Amino acid sequence: MATTGTTDTEAAVTAADTAALVGQIRVAVPEHNLRSDLRAVSIVWRRELIRFRRDRLRAVTSLIQPLLFLLVLGTGLSSLAQGSLPPGVSFKAFIYPGVLAMSVLFTAIFSAASIVWDREFGFLREMLVAPVSRSAIVIGKILGGATIATFQGVIVLALAGLADVPYDPILLITLVGELLLLAFTLTAFGVMMAARITQFQAFMALTQMLVMPLFFLSGALYPLTGLPAWLSILTRLDPLTYVVGPMRHAVFSHLNLSEAAMQAMSPSITWAGWQVPILLSLGIVAVMGLVMMGVAIVTFSRPE
Amino acid sequence: MAVHGRGATGDGAGAVDGDRDAAGADPAGNGQRPEKAITVAALTKNYGEIEAVRGIDFEVPVGETFGFLGPNGAGKSTTIKILCTLARPTTGSARVAGHDVTTERDAVRRNIGLVFQDTTLDNYLSGAQNLRFHADLYGVPSAAVGPRMRQVMEMVGLWDRRDSLVMTYSGGMRRRLEIARGLLHAPRVLFLDEPTVGLDPQTRTSIWEYINELKSREDITIFLTTHYMDEAEHCDRIAIIDHGKIVAIDTPEALKASVGKDRVQIHTADDAAAIAELGREFGIEAGIHEGAVTFSVPAGEEFVPRLFAGLSVPIKAVSVSRPSLDDVFMSYTGNTIRDAEATGADAMRQMVAHFRGRR
Repeated sequence: MATTGTTDTEAAVTAADTAALVGQIRVAVPEHNLRSDLRAVSIVWRRELIRFRRDRLRAVTSLIQPLLFLLVLGTGLSSLAQGSLPPGVSFKAFIYPGVLAMSVLFTAIFSAASIVWDREFGFLREMLVAPVSRSAIVIGKILGGATIATFQGVIVLALAGLADVPYDPILLITLVGELLLLAFTLTAFGVMMAARITQFQAFMALTQMLVMPLFFLSGALYPLTGLPAWLSILTRLDPLTYVVGPMRHAVFSHLNLSEAAMQAMSPSITWAGWQVPILLSLGIVAVMGLVMMGVAIVTFSRPE
Repeated sequence: MAVHGRGATGDGAGAVDGDRDAAGADPAGNGQRPEKAITVAALTKNYGEIEAVRGIDFEVPVGETFGFLGPNGAGKSTTIKILCTLARPTTGSARVAGHDVTTERDAVRRNIGLVFQDTTLDNYLSGAQNLRFHADLYGVPSAAVGPRMRQVMEMVGLWDRRDSLVMTYSGGMRRRLEIARGLLHAPRVLFLDEPTVGLDPQTRTSIWEYINELKSREDITIFLTTHYMDEAEHCDRIAIIDHGKIVAIDTPEALKASVGKDRVQIHTADDAAAIAELGREFGIEAGIHEGAVTFSVPAGEEFVPRLFAGLSVPIKAVSVSRPSLDDVFMSYTGNTIRDAEATGADAMRQMVAHFRGRR
């Protein structure tokens, strides 16, 4: 280093830079433990958010369907529904919880589809050969998808005024919590399916086939009382029912309705006459989500 | 700066072979650095009826660049998949960086870097984000991530493009980014599965420049597969694999020497007289190929002075060429590598011709 002209500091910097360029920076990859697994969960989760932020078009297009239901169907059918609704309740307010659920439904399933996408474009392999437990990757994926889906739900939540639903802080917080739970379970469902279905076309076809029945059977568009037995049973099997019910309860308890109107508009979900408490109803959804996440982890953990 | 300091120490140690091993000893406590980076014993892999790998054995010492040479479908990719813990062997065993590939999969994964044939980058992330993702997944210590990322990206000449989305990269840039990513966690063994396939000749050359630079700079064992003969010459040792079996394993020089003879071509004033004299004086059978008198002799360079001394016909030009790895592949398998690959394509073509003929 015959750098006679340079000062000491400059020489030191040059030496360090040269060392960094020429010498290798020693990295010892530690054995994986809870901390490294959490770091893996976090980076998989962050990747989903980065990609979502880049994809503004997707955020806009996923808004169209909920808005169609809320504004077009909601307005169009309101004259028909007017007679059976108590004063002060609009049909739009009635279907609003269902529309919220719908926006989460589409986004959550689409987020899960990114696993199939990653498989086709090879990125899944980068994740699967890493020295982290597969559960970290699956959990990161599900949490990422759930965050995005909730975010999408929050955008629709911001439009509450269009549906004659008040911007009450407690109501909003309750709804966000319920949307998060729903988003988690639906993404877990999507990821569980994506673990088995390896072709993008097949995945989209199958989920398209499932999404509409899930939505229509959830009581998003009609009350769950007085239904024929077959439909009544089907609605009770739909996991979406157990979130739409509590969300509608939350919305209607902020509309200053009489006890009778409340009963008529937002009846509790019943199993053979037994009223399912709201917390149990949400608990069912949470357990379903956890079970599906477990299945997804087991499926991904099997070696090729 | 502390990290730079460590880098400088590593560099200093790198100059001396003995110290190099000490510096490379695993600080995580996974045991002493093994003598062999890869050990494979009686390895087989069947996919149903198909025997992809039919009992192979080899060892790769630490620090070597080892090449698997063979036509497509010879079992190269299957072997690499087993070594990377992506597939389980049917029978036999393999150890990589001192760990068994079936029973210590995580330990193997921590110590290897992978560059696959097909890209495994996220096109919607920037180059830097792809590397950051990898660093977090592999648990690279947070303090080292920044400097190490810069180092590997500068090495492959992508530091200036780090914030561009990968979808804007060319094919060669993507492959370079993958090599950088494979090195990010300082693996002890780097696997390159057909690192230059699908790239134009210029990019192929530059990829090899990076790999050669890497050999001199990092304390690393490289295992690569290729079906390009000229690329196999970059390896310290080569295994020639055909139909799931290793047919020869040695240095490129030794393999070429095993073919025995160099090819000598001379331009003379009177070719016919030269051929006659070669047969009479040296007992060599010569012929005219590519417009020159051509013959094969062992140790061609040593033969040339004798030729000048002994041949009365004036010589205008002479060239001596070593046997190529093509000749080697040919002599071990009875087929050129292109022929071996064409067999499958030919069968297909014949079938198509057959169907066309019937119409």
